Amino acid sequence: MPPKLMMKATLTVVALLSATPALAERLLVSNEKDNTITVVDAGSLAVIKTVKVGARPRGITLSKDGKALYICTSDADHIEVLDLASLTVTRTLPSGPDPELFTLSPDGKTLYVSNENDNMVSVLDITSGRIATEIPVGVEPEGMGISPDGKILVNTSETTSMAHFIDTQTHAVLANVLVGSRPRVAQWTKDGSLVWVSAEVGGTVSIIDAAQRKVIQTIRFEIPGVPKESIQPVGIQLTADGNTAFVALGPANRVAVIDTHSYQVKKYLLVGQRVWNLAFSGDGKRLYTTNGVSNDLSVIDVDALKVVKSVPVGRLPWGVVVAP
Amino acid sequence: MTPVQYLRCLGGIVKREALRWTQQRGRFLSALVRPLVWLAIFAAGFHFVLGVSIIPPYDTYIPYEVYIAPGLLAMIQLFNGMQSSLSMVYDREMGSMKTLLVSPFPRWFLLTAKLLASVVVSVVQAYIFLGIAWFWEIEPPPLGYLTVLPALILSGLMLGALGLVLSSFIRQLENFAGVMNFVIFPMFFASSALYPLWRVKESSLTLYWICQANPFSHAVELIRFALYGQADPLAAGVVAGCTLLFMIMAVWGYDPGRGLLARRGGGD
Repeated sequence: MPPKLMMKATLTVVALLSATPALAERLLVSNEKDNTITVVDAGSLAVIKTVKVGARPRGITLSKDGKALYICTSDADHIEVLDLASLTVTRTLPSGPDPELFTLSPDGKTLYVSNENDNMVSVLDITSGRIATEIPVGVEPEGMGISPDGKILVNTSETTSMAHFIDTQTHAVLANVLVGSRPRVAQWTKDGSLVWVSAEVGGTVSIIDAAQRKVIQTIRFEIPGVPKESIQPVGIQLTADGNTAFVALGPANRVAVIDTHSYQVKKYLLVGQRVWNLAFSGDGKRLYTTNGVSNDLSVIDVDALKVVKSVPVGRLPWGVVVAP
Repeated sequence: MTPVQYLRCLGGIVKREALRWTQQRGRFLSALVRPLVWLAIFAAGFHFVLGVSIIPPYDTYIPYEVYIAPGLLAMIQLFNGMQSSLSMVYDREMGSMKTLLVSPFPRWFLLTAKLLASVVVSVVQAYIFLGIAWFWEIEPPPLGYLTVLPALILSGLMLGALGLVLSSFIRQLENFAGVMNFVIFPMFFASSALYPLWRVKESSLTLYWICQANPFSHAVELIRFALYGQADPLAAGVVAGCTLLFMIMAVWGYDPGRGLLARRGGGD
C-alpha cells in the first residue's frame, strides 16, 4: 500500500471506532425564523422536541451548571431562560434592545450582552436579573468573547470593524483593534493568549495577540469555484488541544479547517447552505454546524475531517449548543 | 458432456477475454483513463453544482465528484459491454467465431460464458477505478466496497447482454460507430449518471421519463445505493429483468435456425 493510502485507511478505521457519540448529549439549535429552539438527541440525531420561544432567537449559551439555556430573543428585546429538564421557558431577563449575542462570565454570574441597535454592551447580573451597567462601544455590536480568567471582554462592532478590549472590573475600553470588515465572532484560545476574530464581509479571520492587543496574523480563504464574496467567516471553534481551528464560511457552504501553528487552511468541508455557527460535542469528536438557508444541522467527524450527516431542524437555524 | 468440460470451456473463454483486455494496451489504458478524464476534468468544472440538496443514499451534502462516481462505474461497464460486442463482430469477420460456434456446447452456454467473461473484466476495471477514485476523496464506507460487488455483477451482466444482442444485429465492424451514436451516448447522457433526475425533471418532464425508462439509469442507481450499503429494489428488479430479456434476445439472435445469423446466411 502507498503511504497515503495506508494513512487514509488507518484514519477510516479510527473514524469507525470512534463513531459512537456520547449518548446522553442533546443539541440545542436556535431557529431565527421559526422562533423556536430545536432539541436534538446527539446519538440518534432525531429531533426530541421543538420549543416555542420569543421572537427571533439568535445567540444561545448554556448556564454554568448546564441546567439552563440562555437565549437572546432579539426581536422580543430580552433574554429568555430555558430550563433544560422541563424544556420550558422559566424566566425572562432584561437585555437592552435587540440582543444578538452574549457571553457568560467564567463564574457563571454575569452575562455580557451586545445590543445591536444602541451601540452598547449590557452587563447583566443573572442572580438579581438587573442590568448593572452599559458600556458604550462601536456601531452595531455583535461578537462577544470573554478571556478564560474573566478579566477581559472582547466585543466586536460590525460597522466600526473593530474588536474592543474591555476591562470587566472597571468596564473601561482598554483598546480598539481594527480588524476585517463586519467582524462577527470573537473566540479566545484556551490559554488566553490570543483572540480569533472572524470578519464576515472582509472574508478574513484576524488573530489578535491579547497582551499587545495587535493583529499578528490574518487568515484568508480561497475555495476553487466559489466566488470570493460568498466566503463570509462567522463561527469559530478551536479543538481542546488547541491545534486545529474550524471556521464557518457562511454562504460558501464550507467549514475551513485551519492548522493553528502555521495558520494554513488544511481543508474545506462541504456542509449545508450559509453555515453560521459551530459547537463541539462534549468529547470533542464531533462538530455541529447550523446551516441557515438549508435549514439543517451538519455533523462533522473531527478526527476524520469528514461531514458524516446532515439533519433538518427549524427554519433559519442560527446558533447551536451541546448540552450534557 | 461433464460439468468439468463446461468449466474448462468457460475458463477458456474468460481467459481469452482477459487476455484481449490486458494485451491490447490501448484498450487497457483507455478503459482506465476514460472515467478518470470525466472525474478530473468534467467533474472539476461542476464541482460547485451540487451540494445544494441531500438525495438518498447520501447522508449529507456531496461534491459533484462523489455524485458521478457510480455513473462512471456504470460507464466503465457500458463501454466494456460494447467492447465485448465489438469483439464478437470482429471475431465473426475474422472467422474465429466459427471455432467457438462449432464447439459441442449448447449455444446459450457459449453466450453465457462470453457474457461472464466480459463481466469479470468489467468488475476488475470498476474496482481499479474505485481504487484510483479514493484519491479524489470518493470514499464510500469500507463495507460499501463489498456490497457494491453484486450490483456491479448484475449491471455488468445487463450491459454485457445488451452488447451481445447488438453484436448479433451488426453485420460489419464499420457499423460499430453507429453503436456509439445510437447506444452509448444516449444511454449515458439520458440517465442519472451525470445529474440527479430531480434536476432533469425541473427542466423537462419528457426527458425525465426517458431517463426513468432507460435501464442504464437503473444500473447507475443500483450501483450508487450498493456503494453506500443500501439496496434499491426497483433498480435491482429492472436490471435483472433487462438482463434476462437481453439474454433471451441474444440467444435468439445467435440461433442458427431462427435468428438473424440464419437470415444472413451463417453470419460471417
